[in-house]
Amino acid sequence: MAATTLKPVDVVLVGVGLTGTIMAKELAEAGLTVVGLERGRFRDTYPDFALPNAHDELKYVRRHELMQDLSRETITFRNAMGETALPMRELGSFLPGEGVGGAAVHWGGLTWRFLPWDFETRSRTIARYGQDQLAADCTSQDWGITYAELEPSFDRFEYLYGISGKAGNIKGTIQPGGNPFEGPRAREYPNPPLKTTFAGSLFRKAAASMGYQPFPVPTGALSRGYTNPYGATINACVYCGYCQFFACEMGAKASPQTAVLPVLLHNKNFTLRTLTNVVKVNLDSARRRALSVTYVDSRGREFEQPAELVVLTSYVLNNVRLMLLSGIGRPYDPVRNRGVVGRNYAYQTPSAVTLFFEDKVFNQFMGAGGLGIAIDEFNGDNFDHSGLGFIGGGFFSAASTGARPIGVRPVPAGTPRWGSAWKKAVAHYFNRSFPITVQGACQSYRTNYLDVDPTYRDAYGLPLLRMTFDRHDNEHKMSVYLTNKAAEIAKAIGPSKMNVNPRTGKYTIVPYQSTHNTGGAIMGADPATSAVNKYSQSWDVPNVFVIGASAFPQNGGYNPTGTVGALTYFAVEAIRTRYLKRPGQLLT
Amino acid sequence: MDQPSGRRRFLKSVIAMGAVGLPAPGQADEAHAQHAPPGVPAASAQTSAAPPRAYMFLTPPEVAFVEAAAARLIPADELGPGAKEAGVAYFIDQQLFGAYGTMAKKYRQGPWPEGTPQQGYQSPLTPQEVYRAAIRESNLYCRRQYGKTFDELAPEQQDQVLRGLDEGKIALESVPSRFFFDLLLANTQEGFFADPVYGGNRNKIGWKLVGFPGVPAVYTDHIEKYNVPYLVEPVSIADVQQNLTQGDEHGHPQHVRLSRDR
Repeated sequence: MAATTLKPVDVVLVGVGLTGTIMAKELAEAGLTVVGLERGRFRDTYPDFALPNAHDELKYVRRHELMQDLSRETITFRNAMGETALPMRELGSFLPGEGVGGAAVHWGGLTWRFLPWDFETRSRTIARYGQDQLAADCTSQDWGITYAELEPSFDRFEYLYGISGKAGNIKGTIQPGGNPFEGPRAREYPNPPLKTTFAGSLFRKAAASMGYQPFPVPTGALSRGYTNPYGATINACVYCGYCQFFACEMGAKASPQTAVLPVLLHNKNFTLRTLTNVVKVNLDSARRRALSVTYVDSRGREFEQPAELVVLTSYVLNNVRLMLLSGIGRPYDPVRNRGVVGRNYAYQTPSAVTLFFEDKVFNQFMGAGGLGIAIDEFNGDNFDHSGLGFIGGGFFSAASTGARPIGVRPVPAGTPRWGSAWKKAVAHYFNRSFPITVQGACQSYRTNYLDVDPTYRDAYGLPLLRMTFDRHDNEHKMSVYLTNKAAEIAKAIGPSKMNVNPRTGKYTIVPYQSTHNTGGAIMGADPATSAVNKYSQSWDVPNVFVIGASAFPQNGGYNPTGTVGALTYFAVEAIRTRYLKRPGQLLT
Repeated sequence: MDQPSGRRRFLKSVIAMGAVGLPAPGQADEAHAQHAPPGVPAASAQTSAAPPRAYMFLTPPEVAFVEAAAARLIPADELGPGAKEAGVAYFIDQQLFGAYGTMAKKYRQGPWPEGTPQQGYQSPLTPQEVYRAAIRESNLYCRRQYGKTFDELAPEQQDQVLRGLDEGKIALESVPSRFFFDLLLANTQEGFFADPVYGGNRNKIGWKLVGFPGVPAVYTDHIEKYNVPYLVEPVSIADVQQNLTQGDEHGHPQHVRLSRDR
């Protein structure tokens, strides 16, 4: 079928979620005509997220109402190159969003800045411990950007999303009550921290008694009403306990819907087209310039949208897939360790300690996205890794993010899976338990990568993305070490029982772990080992920018959103101030 | 051969449900009447509360199987009613009949090699087809082993069969037995704890067991009350839609405290 060619525009965005809406707002404001293509539907706080239906655990957590429709497109997965990848037929390990706002509608709100160390993982590791500290096949590398360069962009994103938190380091001065390990920031968070739950208070006391420095987790669930620099107002959180996996009925979770779209949708330079699926970025014959994108609409019609600038702002996995399907940059070859697109796919290494009590109730069904008290002593290189046999770490947090009984009803290890004994344990411990979670980092390896599947196809007949991934010894050793440290704090709190569950063994795509997929279109200083430069600009096709956690060379011990937001502002600032004046490669 | 007795059992179980879990229009949820807003006459709210419910996917022998299994997975005991009383069989029927049962949002293209455990669900069968095949094959096993179908066995024998499926020791033809058992267990727990709008968790049995309040209220004033139980009459989606609770402009109900609360 012949595609209908549309009137050229300045910018076409593929995906209208967290990164796409910021890009659109900034570029439309700069006077450019911007078209945002979103494969899902339009969604807004009212009526889509209204109570009572929006807080239905079965519909949202188990049946994935807000998430990607896998009947049209999924990925294939295998642990190792020698296996046959098979389709992820149902969602499990991670939950990409679908529709306007993307995964930032159902995200959990935690908004961290990666540590200065995270951006220079490889060089700082070698400088402190020597080359041998890195596993032989570890491909973790420096980002080609430093924390200091990115700081103003972190600041802009935090003030856009109205993040609630407590600064730990303002311009080099350590702030009591904040995270003393964070990189220096220009100023305090825009909003104060959320309230502290019983679980959080016990963790804070125990951690402090052990010499750690606990602080509130920074989050996009807002502690008070806030109007951001764009003029959008985000409301105060009411601690309803339905945040992650759900949309917010209050407009109190920072998201494209609350922080950007109310303003963006009134900008005449911006056109939103929903239910449009981009299948290809069309390049010139030399593959040095993008000319247009091809998309299919909800009536099966094919369109070609010419644009001066193509910005990939969809989820990590689809950013990489579209590059592979369009021939943007050289695909990664894991055997020869050459090529860049698909390289350094990484993930997260989450683990947990669950505490059970006989005489305390926690009302964990109350809560908020990111609500928790954390410590950062065991993140990044904040502790001495000599002789430990691994690099990296993660933050620990006593989390109160909402406990709903289909999914969150922990029982002590050894409890039968069903029958009266199970029922008794569930009834007793549902309100007498809470977790300490560990957000472990994940390094990158030659054998963990994304490419095009040879067998399975999507609804349009195009090959699926293939994921080859397993955690390595580094991650397993790290998880055991960190989880045992978390268990020491748990023990100091004094539960009657606890489950200590480090992340070991083969990675499985089945149980939910984290929607923190990273890499595949990573940034770096060297075009031979990175797909984009520090401005998220394709080295090979300079009028293509690829925004998101796809640019992370490896994943840190934090949730990625804060860093994704910062990379977005860093990129759009460079486009506005430099690229538009002289289109072309920003780094030469 | 097992048709007539199966149908009798089915009718019996439907009648039993009417008595236990499925309120007739007039008797809907007495608990709600207590805190219906003053402006809403209780009777008018109740007439719209209970539309007729009927099985749409499961056959009578399948209903008997699922009910019997649910009654062992989450039994009625000294803590109160279990999954059977909560209407889990009806919940599973409705789920199987709908998008979940047909994998509407899931990837269904072949080829279909079995794969590794790490690769997850790889059966070419939908949940509908899994239940259909696995119940039949489990009952064939029970007939061979005990001369009866699963629902006719004594509770201890039923537990033995369920353990055999759980541990993969009973071989089914169409699917790995643990695959079926995991599905059955997950769906039973879903039906016990999901909002009653889906047909299970009748009278909020599951929520009352664990002390879950259902549709959330504004907790801003409660979140810092440490170690203080929050005991309320749980609120369902239907309660809010039918104005059986008072709420704020965002739709948060005002929870009614139970007298046990301190």
